[in-house]
Formats: sequence, C-alpha cells, structure tokens
Amino acid sequence: MNDLAAYNFAYLDEQTKRMIRRAILKAIAIPGYQVPFASREMPMPYGWGTGGVQVTASILGPDDVLKVIDQGADDTTNAVSIRAFFQKVANVAVTTKTKEATIIQTRHRIPEEPLREGQTLVYQVPIPEPLRFLEPRETETRKMHALEEYGLMHVKLYEDIARNGHIATTYAYPVKVEDRYVMDPSPTPKFDNPKMHMSEALQLFGAGREKRIYAVPPYTQVVSLDFEDHPFEVQKFDKPCALCGAENVYLDEVVLDDKGGRMFVCSDTDHCEDRRAHGHAGALLARPTQESQEAAE
Amino acid sequence: MAVQSQIYAGAFADPVFEAQSVFRTLMDCFARPGTIGRLASAASPPSPLGRASGAVALTLCDHDTPVWLSPALSKSAVPQWIAFHTGAGMAEAKDEARFGFVETGGTVPGFDQFALGTQEYPDRSTTLVIEVEALKGGQPLVARGPGIKNEIVVAPKGLPDVFLDFWTANRAIFPRGVDLILTARDAVLCLPRTTRLAIEE
Repeated sequence: MNDLAAYNFAYLDEQTKRMIRRAILKAIAIPGYQVPFASREMPMPYGWGTGGVQVTASILGPDDVLKVIDQGADDTTNAVSIRAFFQKVANVAVTTKTKEATIIQTRHRIPEEPLREGQTLVYQVPIPEPLRFLEPRETETRKMHALEEYGLMHVKLYEDIARNGHIATTYAYPVKVEDRYVMDPSPTPKFDNPKMHMSEALQLFGAGREKRIYAVPPYTQVVSLDFEDHPFEVQKFDKPCALCGAENVYLDEVVLDDKGGRMFVCSDTDHCEDRRAHGHAGALLARPTQESQEAAE
Repeated sequence: MAVQSQIYAGAFADPVFEAQSVFRTLMDCFARPGTIGRLASAASPPSPLGRASGAVALTLCDHDTPVWLSPALSKSAVPQWIAFHTGAGMAEAKDEARFGFVETGGTVPGFDQFALGTQEYPDRSTTLVIEVEALKGGQPLVARGPGIKNEIVVAPKGLPDVFLDFWTANRAIFPRGVDLILTARDAVLCLPRTTRLAIEE
C-alpha cells in the first residue's frame, strides 16, 4: 500500500469538499462577502494556513500544478510543508515558477509576475473581518456589512492621518470590492493591493480558524480605501533589488553581518531567480559576475 | 424494476475525480459569467433531468442541501435518483431549497419565490439549475459585471420571455438573490447574481 491509499484524494472527505465547494461558489457570486463554512481540523495547527489548505484541497485536481509561497518565497517553512503535504495526499505536480502554476497558495504576498486567466490564487487568511479590531462583536460587524456602514473604517484611517500625518496602515490595508463590501486582503503589504484590481486570475481567501471563505472574481474592481487629500499610495524603495536589480517590486531587508551591513532583495524569490537567469544583476551580484566573466575569458 | 434500475444507475463512475472536474468547470464559469463550460463528465439521470443538471446535483447536493424540483421532475424518478446518489431530501417550499431544478421547457417560477438569503447572510440563497434548449441561438443579451472583462453576449435559447424581468429584479436586491446555472446537454453557463443583463442594441 502506498501513502495515498490511506487518504481520500487531497486529504479531505468528499462531504467536506462539497460543503467548501458550495461556499466557494457563493463567495464568487458575492465578491468580498465572507461566507461562513464548517472549517475542519487539519493535520497542522491553526495559523499555518488551514483555511487556504482546505480551499486548495477542495479545488485541486490531478492535472493541476501547485505553487505555494510564504511571504513571496517558495523555500520557507510554511511553503515547503504545505507543498509537501499536497504532494503526499494528492500526488499533484508542484512548481516554483509562477507562470507554470494553475493554483498558487499564498501567505501574504501576490507574485510580481502578473497572473493570467485560468490561474487561481488562494490566500491564507488569519483574520478575515476587516472591522474586527474596530468592533469585536460578530453580530455587529455582520450588521455593518449588511447596511454598508463603513464609516468606522474611514475613522480609523483618519486617525492614522491625525497621528502620523499620513495613512500608516502598511499591510492588511482595507479594500472595497465592486463598490459594495469592504474586505481584508489578508496581511499582504499594501504594495500588492493594486494587483488585486481587475486581476485576470480568480482570487479565493480561506480563513480556517475564523471559518470564513471569500472571493474576488477576475476583472473585479478592488479599490483601496483613501481620502481625496490623502490618496492611497504604495510603499516605495530607494534602491533596486541587490541581487537582480529589479525596481518597482516589493523588497525584504536581509541583515548581512553584525556591523550594520544589510541588503534589500526581492521578496518574490521566483521573480528574482528568473531575472537573474535572464542576465539581470543587482549591485551585490554585479561585481562577482564581472569577475567570473573575466575568468572565463 | 425498470424504474428501480433508473434510480440506482447513472451516477459518476469515479465520484472523487468526476465531481472535482465538474466543480472546477462550475467554479470557472461562475468566475467568468457568460462563458460556456463543457463538462468532462456527465451523469445519466432519469428523464426529464438533463445530463449536465444531473452532474451538478451529484457534485453539489448532499444531506445538507434540501432540493426543490419542478412539478414534472417531482413526478419522475428524479427525486429518488437524487436521494439515492446524494442523500439530499426534497424541499416542500421553494424558499427552503438550497438547490432548485427545472427541466427543459418547464415553467420557471419567479426567482423571488426561492430563498434569497438575508442582508446579513446573502449566501443562504437558492442556486437554480435550469435546463434550456441550447446555450446559444436565443435572444442575445449583453452581460456585464464582475468576472467579465468588458462585456460578453449570452444568448440562451428556451428561457421564458419574463426571464429578463426576473433577472433584473434579482439583480436589484443585491447582495441578496439567487444564482443561476443554465444547462444544455453536457454544457453549463453560470450567471451569478452580480451579472447585469440587457438586451443588445
């Protein structure tokens, strides 16, 4: 007996998949609205992406190619363990290349490479309710969504401006979907918010502990909340990526030594590797490349 | 005996993968309203339920989803077929149903008779599966909304004349409302409640 025989395909039983599939279809029909679902115990702790894993397991088929990223990287713990999980329970093909993937499960980043039609992006969501830190009662936040009463969220952003002179929210930046529901884009940096707007790919969000699924269909308006005099802005970086020289991408800070040395590199590892493979080199790589060229000559 | 064999036969040969494949087509079609999806697997339900409609039932219905059937379907072997293969019970009232099925040419009841969800829980609404003559060749309607790049023309053939009025009324009560799966033979066309339809000018 192989390992596969011990489980149903993709771990979940068929009744659970049906329940999640029904929730996904309703979520797509009401963009940005959080559909309650009967989240299951998964063989990993809450906070490790159980919501995203359940969504992926319910949509995954034998022909899919799966990519899993954690903060943009394919090789961090969460991404590696979830990828290994699906290889084991679904025997599915995996990749690190954004272009080749049909399903991309993500924790807190959207790939730099624009997603195309036919791809599905599955987000792992810790707190799906954007109003939760403003109003702890679920009965009240439901009512606020029902009445489209989002004044409190604008007050929060205004208080940011009053305290800091600008909107200081940098991740989980609230968005309005199709001019109706205010939605938490999960704790992605606000740098990624514009990529959600009119994306060609289907975006599904799963929150396991909070038992909610929501969705943004392709070609759907996703607008970050702002004010006329304080328009929405994304983070800007002074320098390009130290390894591949990419500009206008989201960078991670990496400490190099104990003397204050640091570099900023692409958080999207696939994007960075792809650029380097195509001959782009950043400040830290440029010199070694020259030397190796000279050595070759 | 003939009726009994109708009830027990006609489900997916490979339920896990065929249900996944049908669901993915439905998901893609709900995400891109107006596109016609061909089901790679289809069921063979008793007449007059169509093959694609039967596949939708096998993929999405179970003991958690009361099903409403049109009068013609209720009189056939379909209720027993659905009960045997999915475990779903029949809903007496339309507004208690999670799924509703209408066969080709059957009378389509007003959408507001079905469960529309509440303002707090708009997801608690009926998904209507209506089989039509064909998904092309009817009155062209321009569809706009989430999932549609600019606009797409849909022209299902065999819907009642009042369909557009029903749909416009359904669109007006957003976020509440029913969602629609139109089927014809092995193909589906999905219309989530967000899609706006208008007669092509």
